[in-house]
Amino acid sequence: MISFNVLIFAALSYVAILFAVAFLAEQRAAAGHSNWLHSPLIYTLSLSIYCTAWTFYGAVGYAARSGLEFVTIYLGPTLVMVGWWWILRKLVRIGRSQRLTSIADLISSRFGKSTLLGMVVTVISVIAATPYIALQLQSVTLSFAVFAQSGAQVWDAADFNATALWVAVGLAIFTILFGTRNLDVNERHHGIVMAIAVEAVVKLMALVAVGVFVVWGIAGGPSGMLQRIETSDITLWDQDSGRWISLIFLSGAAFICLPRMFQVLVVENADERHLRVASWAFPAYLFLMSLFVVPIAVVGLDLLPAGSNPDLFVLTVPLFEGRNGLAVLSFLGGFSSATSMVIVATIALATMVSNHIVVPVWLHLQADQHAMMSGDVRKVILLARRLSIAGILMLGFIYYRASGGGTALAAIGLISFTGTVQILPALIGGIFWRGATRIGAALGLLTGLLIWTWTLFLPSFGVEAVISQSVMELGPFGIAWLRPQALFGIAGLDPLVHGIMWSMLWNAGIFVVGSLVSFPGPLERLQGAQFVNVFERSNAAPAWTSAATGAEDLLVMSQRILGSREAQAIFETEAARQGLTGYLPEVTPEFIQHLERELAGSVGAATAHAMIGQLTGGSGVSVEDLIAVADEAAQILEYSNRLEAKSAEQEQTARALRDANTKLTALSIQKDAFLSQISHELRTPMTSIRSFSDILRDDTMSAEARERYAGIIHDEAIRLTRLLDDLLDLSVLENGQVVLNEQTGDLSSLIDRAVGAAGLHDSLLVVVRDQTAEQVTLSADLDRLVQVFINVISNARKYCDASEPRLTIDVNHTEEAYHVDFIDNGSGIAKENEQLIFEKFSRVSDQSKAGGAGLGLAICREIMHRLGGDVAYLRRKDGTAFRVTVPKAKMSAALAET
Amino acid sequence: MSRQRNSPVFLERASYKQRRLTDAARLLPLLGMVLWAIPLLWRSDTAEGTSNATSLLYVFGVWVLLIILSALIIRKLQVDTEPSQSESSD
Repeated sequence: MISFNVLIFAALSYVAILFAVAFLAEQRAAAGHSNWLHSPLIYTLSLSIYCTAWTFYGAVGYAARSGLEFVTIYLGPTLVMVGWWWILRKLVRIGRSQRLTSIADLISSRFGKSTLLGMVVTVISVIAATPYIALQLQSVTLSFAVFAQSGAQVWDAADFNATALWVAVGLAIFTILFGTRNLDVNERHHGIVMAIAVEAVVKLMALVAVGVFVVWGIAGGPSGMLQRIETSDITLWDQDSGRWISLIFLSGAAFICLPRMFQVLVVENADERHLRVASWAFPAYLFLMSLFVVPIAVVGLDLLPAGSNPDLFVLTVPLFEGRNGLAVLSFLGGFSSATSMVIVATIALATMVSNHIVVPVWLHLQADQHAMMSGDVRKVILLARRLSIAGILMLGFIYYRASGGGTALAAIGLISFTGTVQILPALIGGIFWRGATRIGAALGLLTGLLIWTWTLFLPSFGVEAVISQSVMELGPFGIAWLRPQALFGIAGLDPLVHGIMWSMLWNAGIFVVGSLVSFPGPLERLQGAQFVNVFERSNAAPAWTSAATGAEDLLVMSQRILGSREAQAIFETEAARQGLTGYLPEVTPEFIQHLERELAGSVGAATAHAMIGQLTGGSGVSVEDLIAVADEAAQILEYSNRLEAKSAEQEQTARALRDANTKLTALSIQKDAFLSQISHELRTPMTSIRSFSDILRDDTMSAEARERYAGIIHDEAIRLTRLLDDLLDLSVLENGQVVLNEQTGDLSSLIDRAVGAAGLHDSLLVVVRDQTAEQVTLSADLDRLVQVFINVISNARKYCDASEPRLTIDVNHTEEAYHVDFIDNGSGIAKENEQLIFEKFSRVSDQSKAGGAGLGLAICREIMHRLGGDVAYLRRKDGTAFRVTVPKAKMSAALAET
Repeated sequence: MSRQRNSPVFLERASYKQRRLTDAARLLPLLGMVLWAIPLLWRSDTAEGTSNATSLLYVFGVWVLLIILSALIIRKLQVDTEPSQSESSD
């Protein structure tokens, strides 16, 4: 028999070695040599915290009582690991991209960074974990007692309690020392993970060693062992199918939902590829852990006296056989199982409690006093975490004391699992269904928690402890369909299967219905899209629109959470990335989002969001953002819309260019026409001048003919000169270079001059005038005005085709101007030519009669425009009428001067 | 023409294989569920019920099978690209 003191010494030495391992790992990680810490092997071994003391010791007892049912606790996780492609791969990716700190953070973050949901999940987890921690304390205490009793000591209740208390205190110290050294959970607990990996190896070795001893040392090899198993009293396969399937489901779901498993699976995951290795290596570990359970149970039942506790066969069989070394190893294995589970569970729960209960409450209390500017959040969080660790262990200890450490405790492992699994619908819905909403999740969780508490948790304290016997049999207030183990009148089910079924059905059902009928907020929808489509989108959508905050305020706040060195490093990196000198970057939405992620790694998404929100004062997301970024399709759509708009714009430009081109072409045609017109006009007189001068060279010509030809040449030369004069005149007028000589004169005399100069002496045209109406004084460039009158009158002389041509000159006036109308009794101008007559070189009738170049009216109009008046064609029933408008303004001004 | 078609067909086949491997990875837990549910159909009408050794060997045998299959699939998957890349087009 080994002495109890030796055992204490072995346990303490083992703890010292763990301390050393954890310390060395932290040192190496700090020095940057953490490569081998980040290996798939360490990751796989760290998952072994699933195998607690309950499974280390309890599995053998379970097998002795219920046969192969014990294996369901391992089959569920095996299926989940083997099916990593479905859930775990996504969880790990989400955990890394969102920097999740715990399962409460996952749920809270997914459903719009909801503080309430984080609290609910934390409360569920703490309630469910407390009995489990008590179970670990019990196992360690019992295993101590086994050695003490084998050393002929007799333990009473006080000894048990003292041992349990010391174990709890020791665990609290270890966890606080290595679990809360750094705040950023994403920096990971290298020391703890390494210590857990060592413990994983120790417990596997211990169980395998006992198993090998039992199979080869006692039963004489595998075939002998099978023989013994076959003839054993245990009935291995006598399974109720409901229980078999429910338990596989339960353990698989718990494997995902347990806070401690989430911690090692997702939070401590350093590389997604580790999951691939773990997907077969961890099932192999579970396989080895359970391979020798049945042999140990069978041999234990055979060897040990009837009535010995099968839960402790792993210890008592080697002791019974006198293998003290093996027994100590086995003890250390059980000790490892208990401690590693408790350490990780308390870290995970403490993170959740501090991030989702303590800090939000603290923030809320300090909200009025602008806490961000005064308190040190970092210290508050670390203190909260340390206190939570101590508190959770104390809860476990109290539960252990209260339950009396009896066999009732052993049954609670599965009940505790069921409580944890209430998170499953919200979790699975959250990562696979974008329609899942916060209200649905909260209602589902609360419903599940309620049913679990009523059907499993409260009855687990034992008959008459919380729920009286009468309520169990008749229901509360005699309502039979509310009986805790026969809800809705369905009796006869195994109580555990009954509880799992109803709580999960109602939880999932209410979750789905609640999600369908409620409408999520913008942030919720954004987070939902990011979680569900985590593989499609590598970069997250911006969550902050208003950046109305100073970089300094943000830095001050970040320093309080991350520590000054880390915070400054982040700010400097960002400033460098933006190309700024100094350490304060521009506060862009991207930067705020990045900072929020960093903070989330320390205090959880909901708290980080709330803190940033306090500073920026903005409600993170606007609906426009959501529409723009929530869906990748929306972005593509927007992009294509932009392209479309751009191409429409280009089309418009092209059309404008085409129009301009058409105009230019038309202008060019006009120019060509003008040039050809002018050359034609010039060539005609030139041609006659040349040909008649040729004739004149001929000497044989009579003097009379010579006289005639010289006359023609003279006329043509005059015509040419006139044409050139007109052209010059027009160009001068058009270019605005004309100088006007202001004169005052009588209209009547002007018309006299014009009629005299129009060459009417040899024509039939009769001019009808109203001399009294003409008695007005005009003030203008009178010579130019006469030029216009001459032109109009001579036009009438040339074009009036009446047999007795008559030109009526009418003078009347309005407020602003005098109208001088020249009306003849000719046939008028065809409607389609009305627009043409004022154009250059336009001649309506045949050319010979006109004898002009068609510049007259064009010049007239230019002159009248210069004088501030106009000359226009008046459409009449009979005859042609031109109206010359001469403005009065100048004249009245001139009158006023006199 | 056949020469031109050779290389795309080859590439197509490789990524096709990867797709089917991810299918296999997805289906593996379903296989496990079915295989572990089968013992529930065993008849226990014989006096001593189902043989202890048989049931033990069956349950653990399925376990070994799943571990080996999973390891094989992962090995094949690892030869090629990251899962995120093959997934994105999935």
